[in-house]
Amino acid sequence: MIILNNTREDIGTENLTVSGLLKLKNFTFKMLVVRINGNLVKKDEYDHTYIGEGDDVMVLHLISGG
Amino acid sequence: MNFSEIRNKFGRFTVGIAGAGGLGSNCAAALARIGIGRLIIADFDVVTESNLNRQYYFCDQVGMKKVEALKANLIRINPKTFTEVYEVKLNMTNIPLLFKDCDIIVEAFDLADQKELLISTVLTSMPEKYLVVGLGMAGWGNSNTLSVTESGKLFICGDQVSEISEELPPIAPRVGIVANMQANVVTEIILNKFDK
Repeated sequence: MIILNNTREDIGTENLTVSGLLKLKNFTFKMLVVRINGNLVKKDEYDHTYIGEGDDVMVLHLISGG
Repeated sequence: MNFSEIRNKFGRFTVGIAGAGGLGSNCAAALARIGIGRLIIADFDVVTESNLNRQYYFCDQVGMKKVEALKANLIRINPKTFTEVYEVKLNMTNIPLLFKDCDIIVEAFDLADQKELLISTVLTSMPEKYLVVGLGMAGWGNSNTLSVTESGKLFICGDQVSEISEELPPIAPRVGIVANMQANVVTEIILNKFDK
C-alpha cells in the first residue's frame, strides 16, 4: 500500500522503483515532478529509487498553460 | 479578521511571482489589491495582442515589456505595494537568488518545461519556501474540476489535466479563476500559517 497523490493505492512495494510505478500506472508524460514523502526525486534517479510500504508519493504531470 | 487587519498583516509579506502572463499578472493584481507589501516578479516576454484575452494588460501596452507594463498597472491599483521586477529568463541559478527574500513563491509560467524547472529548483534549493503552482486551466466551463491539492508546502491549483492546444486555448474566465485561486492560497498561507 502506498499513498499516491493523496489516495490510498493497493500496490505491492517489493522492488518497486519510481520507474516501475510510472509504468504500472501508465504515467507516460515526459514532464513530471515526483516526490516521495516530500522529497524530490530527480529524473536520473527514477530507475534506482525504491518506494517503500506506506510511502506518500506525489506524481505531478506538468502541462502547459498559464 | 477585518480587512484593515488583513491589509496590515499583508504589508509585512513578500511574494515572488515567476511569470507575468495569464496567471502571474492576474494573481499579482489580486495581491496588490489586498495590500501585499512587496512583489518580486520575473518575466522576459513582451505584451502582444494575443495576450489581451486573459492577461492583465491593456491595448495601449502592446509591445511593452510585460514586467514594465505590469508594474505600471500594479502602481495604479495600489501604490503602497512595492513591486520589484526582473526582465530575465529564470534558470536554476537565478531562481534562488531572485526569490530568496520571498515568503511564498507563485509559479505562473506558461510552458510545462518551465514549470518543471521552477518546481524542481524550488523543491531542491529552497525547500523551506511555500510554492503555489498553477496547473491545468485551458478551455472553458468545468469550474468544479478546478481545485487545490496540498502536499506539505506545495500547493497545486487547477484541474491538472486541461492542457492548452489550438482547440483548447487559455482564455480569461478559467485562467482568471486559477490565477485568483493561487492568490487565494497565498492569502490563506499568510493569514493562517505565519505569525509575524
